[in-house]
Amino acid sequence: MSLELFGTWLAALLTLCIFSFLYKDNPFYKFAEHLFVGVSAGYWLCYNYWNMVKPNLIDNLEAHNWEYLLPLILSAFMLMRLIPKVGWLSRWAIAFMIGSGAGLMIITYLQSNFLEQIKSTLVSLDPTGLPWYVVLNSFLIFVGVVSGLVYFFFSKAHTGVTGGVARVGVVFLMVCFGASFGYTVMARISLLIGRMYFLLHDWLGLV
Amino acid sequence: MTRRPHRFLRRAVLSLALPMLLFVLLVATGHAQSSAFDRPPAPVTNVALKDAPDDAGGAITISWTLSPDDAGGAMDVIGYDVRRSTSPDGPFQTVKSVPRGSSEAADETDLDSDVNYFYRVVVKDAKGEAPSVVAGPVQAKVQWFNLGRLNTLIATIIYITLLLYFIFHAKKGKKLFIRRLAGLDALDEAVGRATEMGKPILYVPGISQISDVATIASINILSGVARTVAEYNTRVIVPNYDPIVMTVAQEVVREGFLAAGKPDAYDEHDVFYVTTNQFAFVAAVDGIMVREKPATNLFIGMFFAESLILAETGASTGAIQIAGTDAVAQIPFFIAACDYTLIGEELYAASAYLSRAPLLLGSLKGQDWMKICLIGCIAVGVVTLLFGIESFRDFFETPLMIFRQ
Repeated sequence: MSLELFGTWLAALLTLCIFSFLYKDNPFYKFAEHLFVGVSAGYWLCYNYWNMVKPNLIDNLEAHNWEYLLPLILSAFMLMRLIPKVGWLSRWAIAFMIGSGAGLMIITYLQSNFLEQIKSTLVSLDPTGLPWYVVLNSFLIFVGVVSGLVYFFFSKAHTGVTGGVARVGVVFLMVCFGASFGYTVMARISLLIGRMYFLLHDWLGLV
Repeated sequence: MTRRPHRFLRRAVLSLALPMLLFVLLVATGHAQSSAFDRPPAPVTNVALKDAPDDAGGAITISWTLSPDDAGGAMDVIGYDVRRSTSPDGPFQTVKSVPRGSSEAADETDLDSDVNYFYRVVVKDAKGEAPSVVAGPVQAKVQWFNLGRLNTLIATIIYITLLLYFIFHAKKGKKLFIRRLAGLDALDEAVGRATEMGKPILYVPGISQISDVATIASINILSGVARTVAEYNTRVIVPNYDPIVMTVAQEVVREGFLAAGKPDAYDEHDVFYVTTNQFAFVAAVDGIMVREKPATNLFIGMFFAESLILAETGASTGAIQIAGTDAVAQIPFFIAACDYTLIGEELYAASAYLSRAPLLLGSLKGQDWMKICLIGCIAVGVVTLLFGIESFRDFFETPLMIFRQ
């Protein structure tokens, strides 16, 4: 039996083990689950070493880029959690990561969620020279964005006018989610088709 | 009768002369064209070099006047090569090629800042090429400010000012109102149900990294959940996708138990790392749900394609499920399969509501005021567009042009 054929059989049997969960939890599923978790954890350990630690840290230190000592020290701080007396040092590394991550994201979010949102919503409602459906589309965009924003306004209870506008916002949100649901389900079905094709074509050769 | 031969003669002369004249013209033009095709094209003129504005020093813009054989003349130009050297004497290497009709190119190939560069533009046709005179020197300089992002700077200043203002007020003890969220009302009920049933609570903080805003919000909510769980003497299981998130989650849950006055009830083995593989993580969490049978499942944070698998498995075990994510594509699945869902920004509001921390309350208020600014900008923009004024909209598209005008 060639290695490739062995791999196909192994993948097919493990796929069936995972599918068996559709019936109920059973030893085959447990075996496949534990194997999947163990193999993937080991794989990501190696992956992270060769793709993160070595090129970003070790190679830079070997090139005498001494500023990379800072991440090395912060990494060492993370490991201090194993020593209860100095475990508090790990908080410095965590604070650094959360703070820098959130700080960098502010600009990205302002750019993409604030300015781009304004830019995309600034549509002309002037019907002169435009087909009625284009104007209607622009109007719906305007109403949908404004009412959606009102729904996510937390400083005022959803009563009175605010509540009415927020309800309109919820309708727009649910229409959006419905469309997204249908679109994503189609993508998931294609994943299932891919797996069934593997079983029926690559493994059994039936199709 | 005497006029007829004269007319005949005139017609005969004209009928002979016209074809001859046409023949002479064709021969003359053909000769001129063939001679234009035989020689290389005329070189470009007025080569101008400019450091590209608003960048980190990695680009130079080269412009020129088209070759006379491109704009007119033989019209047989194929394209232009932009060649660069660090010395006016060469050697010059091609760094960019552009088709005919192009009178500008940007060189972004391995340029160092503060180094003198010289350029020549070479025009090419089928018969050969003709270089321009050498232009330069020019340097690719680093600019401190990207004026194209001026609108981002203004928005950032407004946002941070609002945040600081409201955080300052919250810290002074001023009461800041936040409306109640349906999902949070269910949280206490869900924890109470788990206590009554003697079953654990499963808390999945998403499958993203700690720098993700949704993960940070999830950790804040976990803090409140851990305190409530400790008060009720219930167990909370927190499987983690990311090792750093696990570290933070362990800290937060420990502190929650400490705040509830029950540090000994905390079991660090309940907050554990599974794997950094998406579907292996899902397989493991599904296994936990069917074996441990938690009374309550909380899926709060950033989720991707695994959202429906998790929520459906949880629903099949009969657990109360509360989800919260800002991943727009996953919210529909949680709405379909969970009892309560925190939609998008409600996730951030929930963390502020539960913790009542001045920092979070203040930042939530700041965000609300930014939303008012957003609505105001959209309203003003739409009204100005109705009156045909486009400069307001242009500011959000190309602030640089407005600034320079």
